[in-house]
Amino acid sequence: MTLTQLPWAVWCIMAPLLLAAACFVLGKRWGPLAGWLSAPLVAGVSSMLVWQVIEHGPQRYELGGWGAPLGIALRADGLSALMIAMTSAIVLIVSFYAHSYFQPAHGLTRHGDADDLAHRRQYFWPLWLLMWASMHALFLSNDLFNIYVTLEILGISSVALVSLAGGVALTAGMRYLFVTLTGSLFYLLGVALLYSAFGVLDLDLLGARVEAGPVVWAAFALMTVGLLLKTALFPLHFWLPSAHANAPAPVSALLSALVVKASFFLLVRLWLVVFGPLDALEWARLLGMLGSVAIIWGSIQALRQVRLKLLVAYSTVAQIGYLFVVFPLVAMGAPSAWPGGIYFVVSHAFAKAAMFLCAGTIARALGHDRIDMFHGVGKRHPVVIFAFGLAGISLMGLPPSGGYIAKWMLLSAAIETEQWVFMVVIHAGGLLAAAYVFRVLQHAFSSLPCVSPAQGEVPRAMELAPFVLAVIAILLGLAAPYPLMLMEIGDPFALATPAQGQP
Amino acid sequence: MNWGFWLPLMVVMSSMIPGLLIFLLPEERAVTRTLLNLGGALLKLALIAVMLWGVYYDRGYETRITLLPGFDLVMHASALAMFFVVLSGLLWLLTTIYAIGYLEGGQNKSRFFGFFSICVSATTGIALAGNLFSFVVFYELLTLATYPLVVHRGTPESLKAGRVYLAYTLAGGAMLMLGVIWLHSLVGPFDFVEGGALAPYQAEHAQLLTVIFFLLIAGLGVKASLVPLHGWLPLAMVAPAPVSALLHAVAVVKAGAFGIVRVVYDVYGVRVVEVLGLDEILAGLAALTILYGSVLALHQDNLKRRLAYSTVSQVSYIVLGVAIAGPLATIGGIVHLVHQGLMKITLFFCAGNLGETIGVHRISAMNGVGRRMPLTMAAFTIAALAMIGIPPLAGFVSKWYLGVGALEVGENWVIAVLVASSLLNAAYFLPIINAAWFNPPDGPWPKDVRRGRLETMPTLLWPPVITACAVVLAGVLANMPFSPLDWVKLIANRLYLP
Repeated sequence: MTLTQLPWAVWCIMAPLLLAAACFVLGKRWGPLAGWLSAPLVAGVSSMLVWQVIEHGPQRYELGGWGAPLGIALRADGLSALMIAMTSAIVLIVSFYAHSYFQPAHGLTRHGDADDLAHRRQYFWPLWLLMWASMHALFLSNDLFNIYVTLEILGISSVALVSLAGGVALTAGMRYLFVTLTGSLFYLLGVALLYSAFGVLDLDLLGARVEAGPVVWAAFALMTVGLLLKTALFPLHFWLPSAHANAPAPVSALLSALVVKASFFLLVRLWLVVFGPLDALEWARLLGMLGSVAIIWGSIQALRQVRLKLLVAYSTVAQIGYLFVVFPLVAMGAPSAWPGGIYFVVSHAFAKAAMFLCAGTIARALGHDRIDMFHGVGKRHPVVIFAFGLAGISLMGLPPSGGYIAKWMLLSAAIETEQWVFMVVIHAGGLLAAAYVFRVLQHAFSSLPCVSPAQGEVPRAMELAPFVLAVIAILLGLAAPYPLMLMEIGDPFALATPAQGQP
Repeated sequence: MNWGFWLPLMVVMSSMIPGLLIFLLPEERAVTRTLLNLGGALLKLALIAVMLWGVYYDRGYETRITLLPGFDLVMHASALAMFFVVLSGLLWLLTTIYAIGYLEGGQNKSRFFGFFSICVSATTGIALAGNLFSFVVFYELLTLATYPLVVHRGTPESLKAGRVYLAYTLAGGAMLMLGVIWLHSLVGPFDFVEGGALAPYQAEHAQLLTVIFFLLIAGLGVKASLVPLHGWLPLAMVAPAPVSALLHAVAVVKAGAFGIVRVVYDVYGVRVVEVLGLDEILAGLAALTILYGSVLALHQDNLKRRLAYSTVSQVSYIVLGVAIAGPLATIGGIVHLVHQGLMKITLFFCAGNLGETIGVHRISAMNGVGRRMPLTMAAFTIAALAMIGIPPLAGFVSKWYLGVGALEVGENWVIAVLVASSLLNAAYFLPIINAAWFNPPDGPWPKDVRRGRLETMPTLLWPPVITACAVVLAGVLANMPFSPLDWVKLIANRLYLP
């Protein structure tokens, strides 16, 4: 059996899962080291899967040799491969950051004593790998119930990671727990309805059997609402800012960059594969309108925040809005909006992870993250500010960056379908993003001296990790054909043709 | 190696790479930084010279990289592109030398020169851009790279100027991008073509094309500081003098004006613009800007502010020449791209010298400065007289061709605008010249930095002297081969006699 024939899709899930268990068993002394070393390993396995998909086209793997409808299938097409590549790259880079983040810093105690830190470090890595495994599983599963399981693991590991910060984060984590459980419950209800009606759970089989009717519509509504709650689309975003802003910095980065995207990915898959036959134009319009409100409202909230982490969190609320503008554009007959939306997911993931890491580093360096007291930080940590600026360029959708490519594609789709409202909103969102990004950046250029006392050395990895992520967000603007080619492997957007989308 | 493919990219990168390397340098590595700066500038000039020679003999240089399916990043060395590239390459070298002297003892120099180099890269990219998509990429890059320069001093005042600058330019950039995407969704991807690419669509989409034209002009007009989109330019004069030179002469306003040239000649085509009736509106806008800018310049006491309003006015000569659209007016407009650059950079260098050496910033304090700084003020006087349009200086050549070109196509009112503007130019420049040379000094200067035998540091003194000489030569030798005028005639020939 050659390397390309191995079931890499399975290993993508099993490797982080087994390593998570190993980290847990190894305990306080060796666990963190093992966790840190696992990251490159899992990333290596993921890249093998991506390579396999590029070389041999979409992969389908039936667990235990049992085919659907009896067994559970994994499917890796270009879209899942791209999501896995994105996830692995980001988690890998953030892992380096996290390793330094949880090291005891010289001469200072943060959030309590060293014991507390060791305790948090011990539990961080197993949860971290568990979250990684669940995301991979979610991107690869082709079975509605299996997806439910991945959603639950993802939600619970995220909540636990948020709560690791202690203090205020416990309240935020509690709220997050309720939200994520409620979302999964809605989703599960939908699954139950579909299973009772059609007797299959496999996405492709279901897609072939589904026809419009009250049960399907009910399932559609339940699952959509549940996933919207998890994706934090306005007005269901209420839990996001506190959860994302209070978590430890590496966790915030993953939550904003990847976790909300996982439920979005699922929503796209369901709309395309399972609910393709429904003519959900009105729903698409509604999602688009909510997305537009999210862009404007989230950006304005970001402008008003005093703390950097909250600003970045509200920026996520706004940027999620763009993802939902895609639905009406596709429904109105511009299937090219799908790749644009997915490209947005990827470039935002890198940019936002970079921003949260920058926020974490600045908070570590200054001992606070109050924006109006940032004078002189550019002088002390130019790399971090530069990274923040580069990530900001992508958020604003200015060239050359992944955000620019995505914005270009979305705007083209909006003009093509003559959706003037969305066109204006996409543009306004970019300008508002510029306003809140430069609100932070201008302090870095101020000639006023830094007022916050230095908090000791900041580890090099905490400066470089966000920089690398931000540079990738920029490079995505220069190498767009490759990710676009990858995501089209296996034609994941096939059902989005106007024939199905329009009456 | 395939020079035809790589050369344009290398010209752009020859300032980008030194810029990125400079970011990595610690503040105190002044010698390495200077070497990188000057090395990059000289290498760029050498590459430009090679490319210029090739373009003169009609050899094609084109870099093409696909960024999005259907949309290529194209850098193409046409005669028009080379005109702007040569200007920015030459002036970059001088401005770098000037900036090294000007910022001596200042802070954040690595940051400054890093962004400075990226700015010039972006400007070269704008010049070489072979289609609207590439143009937008470099145009926005320029906006981003200029911001840190505008706020370089970090005072509340410069931070405010930076905010205003961004608000104007990013909003303008958004309009431009909107127009470009819209145009592409109408006609699909296309490259710049001498004579215009939109003629086949003119009948079908007349109305939409008009709307898109205004979007594009609004987006470009912000940087070209067309009235009423000029508000950022006078505020941005709080930036250090080399940055002002960059904004006013080398990069930013030029990028806007050059974009308008591209849109009229290489996207729409003169014929389509005329048929849609857009040339009249553009010419009217330009005339208004010329007069309004000059009138406002009259009222400024701060020297750099007066120069800034003068830029508002002078850059619109380029737009006016483009809008009148006869062959001769075209020559006048495009040649002004270089002439205005030479004149205005001289004036800003001189203003910077006065400020740095003797602490004079206001015109009312300029009595007798000619005695203290004779070479600087001589350069200033030459550039100011050229601005007014005194023969045989560079400004006269531009105005002559504009006037004759307007008469050629029967737009007689333009003469009135040119005369009025020249009178206004005289009204705001002659008092300065008079005060500098003929009034006695009011007393001791606010500060006095003297270096050796010269009136100021050599790095500050020679750049304006050189550009002032260039202003004279561009006028006197206008008919020699490879003069700016000669090159523009080549461009106009290729435009009008295909």
